[in-house]
Amino acid sequence: MAFHDPTADALQAPARPDKGRSLWTDARRRFFRNKAATVSLIALVLIALFAFFGQFLSPFDGETVDFTLIGVNATQGVPSFETGHYFGTDQEGRDLYARTVQGTRLSLLIGLVGSLVAVVVGTLYGATSGYVGGRTDNAMMRIVDVLMSIPFMFVLILLLVMFGRSLLMLFIGIGLISWLSMARIARGQTLSIKNKEFVEAAVATGVRPLTIILRHIVPNLLGVVIVYATLLIPEMIIYESFISFLGLGVQEPNTSLGALISRGASQLGNGVPWQLGFPLFFFVVMLFAFFFVGDGLRDAIDPKDR
Amino acid sequence: MTAPILQVDDLRVTFDVPVRGGWPWTPARKLQAVGGISFDLQPGEVLGVVGESGSGKSTLARAIIGTVPSTGGILFEGQDLSALGADARRSRRRDIQMIFQDPLAALNPRMTVGDIIAEPLTTHFPKTPRAEVRQRVQALMERVGLLPNLVNRYPHEFSGGQCQRIGIARALILNPKLLICDEPVSALDVSVQAQVVNLLRELRRDLGIAMIFIAHDLSVVRHISDRVMVMYLGRLMETAPARAIVERPRHPYTQFLISSVPIPDPALEKARPRPVLEGDLPSPLSPPSGCVFRTRCPKAKPRCAAEPPPPYEVGPGQRATCHYWDEPTPMVQAAE
Amino acid sequence: MAPLLEVEDLRVTFTTGDGAVNAVNGVSFALREGETLAIVGESGSGKSQTAYAAMGLLARNGRATGTVRYGGRNLLELPQRELNKVRSEEIAMIFQDPMTSLNPYIRVSDQMAEVLMLHKGQSKRQAVAEAARMLDAVRIPDARARIGMYPHEFSGGMRQRIMIAMALLCRPKLLIADEPTTALDVTVQAQIMKLLADIKRDLGTAMILITHDLGVVAGSSDRTLVMYGGQIMEEGTTDAIFATPTHPYTLGLLSAVPRIDREDEELLTIAGEPPDMSRLPPGCPFFPRCAFARPENATLRPPLVTLPDGRRRACHVPVEEILARHEAAQ
Repeated sequence: MAFHDPTADALQAPARPDKGRSLWTDARRRFFRNKAATVSLIALVLIALFAFFGQFLSPFDGETVDFTLIGVNATQGVPSFETGHYFGTDQEGRDLYARTVQGTRLSLLIGLVGSLVAVVVGTLYGATSGYVGGRTDNAMMRIVDVLMSIPFMFVLILLLVMFGRSLLMLFIGIGLISWLSMARIARGQTLSIKNKEFVEAAVATGVRPLTIILRHIVPNLLGVVIVYATLLIPEMIIYESFISFLGLGVQEPNTSLGALISRGASQLGNGVPWQLGFPLFFFVVMLFAFFFVGDGLRDAIDPKDR
Repeated sequence: MTAPILQVDDLRVTFDVPVRGGWPWTPARKLQAVGGISFDLQPGEVLGVVGESGSGKSTLARAIIGTVPSTGGILFEGQDLSALGADARRSRRRDIQMIFQDPLAALNPRMTVGDIIAEPLTTHFPKTPRAEVRQRVQALMERVGLLPNLVNRYPHEFSGGQCQRIGIARALILNPKLLICDEPVSALDVSVQAQVVNLLRELRRDLGIAMIFIAHDLSVVRHISDRVMVMYLGRLMETAPARAIVERPRHPYTQFLISSVPIPDPALEKARPRPVLEGDLPSPLSPPSGCVFRTRCPKAKPRCAAEPPPPYEVGPGQRATCHYWDEPTPMVQAAE
Repeated sequence: MAPLLEVEDLRVTFTTGDGAVNAVNGVSFALREGETLAIVGESGSGKSQTAYAAMGLLARNGRATGTVRYGGRNLLELPQRELNKVRSEEIAMIFQDPMTSLNPYIRVSDQMAEVLMLHKGQSKRQAVAEAARMLDAVRIPDARARIGMYPHEFSGGMRQRIMIAMALLCRPKLLIADEPTTALDVTVQAQIMKLLADIKRDLGTAMILITHDLGVVAGSSDRTLVMYGGQIMEEGTTDAIFATPTHPYTLGLLSAVPRIDREDEELLTIAGEPPDMSRLPPGCPFFPRCAFARPENATLRPPLVTLPDGRRRACHVPVEEILARHEAAQ
């Protein structure tokens, strides 16, 4: 038959239940139609592969110091395939390729952890606050307001100074800030979803509040949450880089992109531009890619905003 | 006469409206959305509720279903719902289900149609075997005119009329005794409206479900109801059997309401004089004293401002809350 | 006498991410001066897009072809500046939601005066006085005092009156009303329809009334045009269309509407769902739902034929067959 409607299609289909086209399937289709976002996603996948498996491609590790190279970096530590130092060496004669792999991995981890905390804690906190409403909502949101009003960079620095510069402290600090704005966003969304008739239908049927939050509110929040989380990752990476740039971040011999950039920048006058160039390249590409992917996701998930 | 399935006695719903610019402790203003409504519903009866926006008809439905707090008595099968504990009330809700106005908004866009229809069942009987749930869902889909193999589709893949059928199937899965329909067809296309109205009539005939059918369209309400209640500004204006309300309306508001409904017949429509109800709905924050309709009523007298009219018995099964129901309404009379 | 507005073979296509959607497929009609034409259809029938296209108000991804002749000119080919002039001074439009044409941040008096100052070159003082007179004419109580208020301070029915008053400021020859009462309560709807009837009587304004409500059509129009799937199904005088529908869709619509003055056992329904405009059938758009459909006509598009009484219809089924069914149903 020439005309189409779901009923007519189904009439010819076998009696076996056919699969639905969920909103996620639609969003995926729209996302891959966006070229910038698709390219950025591929770039991110490559960077992730580089960060987690890159060390196997190099004969050097990032910790061994080659004393023969100290002082003659500008001439001997030049990036080259022959020496195996693809990205050259740093001031201490360590392999910059391995260092960059290590730094990218750490920056990526910090971004992902921050974002993950935001998604889990922020979404549940915001959704609960918005759904319960009334005094509880008021109290919960005031807590967020108070936490938000504290200058976090300051607190983070204080934390690192007081409890020592450990990776764990850094993760805790980043996790502490990241969920606040997410909680606000999730609450705002929840307030509008709460008034939808399908939530009312669930309440009227007698579905329990926790089930309503998990089954009806959170899945409908997820679109916005994912978009915001994607945009949050680069923000977290920048936070960490800034702290490392100040020299308060990760401790040697561990490193992050921010620390590498900081070191590279200080050596800029010594004829070793690769020490800044390679970490900076990965940093910039990663940030751009995350922003483009976030943008693409927003268009894909919420197409009416375009 | 059998015992009524639902007895509503002096039901009131009051909302707090925060005073703009006030301090957090400034007492909120009270908005009475439903102001003292009483009625009985017999098993298997269809009660139509008509009113314009702001009449409180949807709030009435929500008070009965328990999603907005109310005072006064709501007795379901003789049991006071508000006196029950949370768990007992939740399990009682099985027997009262609701159909919503916006068919798409009433369905969670992230759930499959099968899960949506099954939700009341899996909520109240979580131990039901999956195969049985599936079988009941599919049987029900067939009953409401949906192809059962569409069970894994998502709501946005269906048209408005089909979404409303999904909503009806969800409301029916627990075999409720009372179905509350809040403007179930007003968001649908004309040609689809009739399909849904017919489906509801059929269900009522076959399953003997009592219904409260809320709508602003008197033609539809008349078509499906045994009895009709007319509301204005949260108050009951008139209650009567469906036929009487159209043929012998006694309350001036009902008279205007009926004369305002256009009839799709040019010969009739052009010959029919059309008295028009002038003025606007008064603010529900400061309703008129006495009879709430008096500010727009052509036959209002001083007594109407002084004492609110009680429901007068004006015919068999017909009650009108108007002091002067037996006097002709000037504009309507002139028009006839 | 030449018609006031003549639409010929109007087609509207929207390009969307999922391909082209043909919202209007070859619609032609004429409107005489002072006449009220009702365009009836369900969602997706193309009734609103027909009017938007004629007025050059399509969304950015829409394209209209054909001719819309008004005052000897084709509106579709008019430069934007001249079209704006025609739109504000000779053809006015009112919408379902009055807030789409009222700016919530500007006083009603300023919004209305601006129109007169711009197009009639009146002074602010004159313009406000004229605006107040117009609000009086659409029966806004206490117009002189309330003209300085903001749109949101009026009720829904009052806003619709303000919008009508604004549309009438330049005394247009043609008023296009797109679902003017759909968002309103029945008693307010009756007020507005009475107002429109008075305007037509007093000013002789021609009107195109776009609606899905057959009751509204019956009471207020001279001619009725029934649309489905972007095409004309049937067109004729309102009296004739309602008394003796000759198209299966018109017949179906009329029997699907419950009437307050009648007690029917069961409503006759039109099976199926309104069409998906991106996948219209090749033949008659109503074919999949038609009770009279014959398989051999599945891919054949029925031509719009003019009957001896001046009525036009597009259907393969003989008139007699449909009339017989209509008789039987009565």
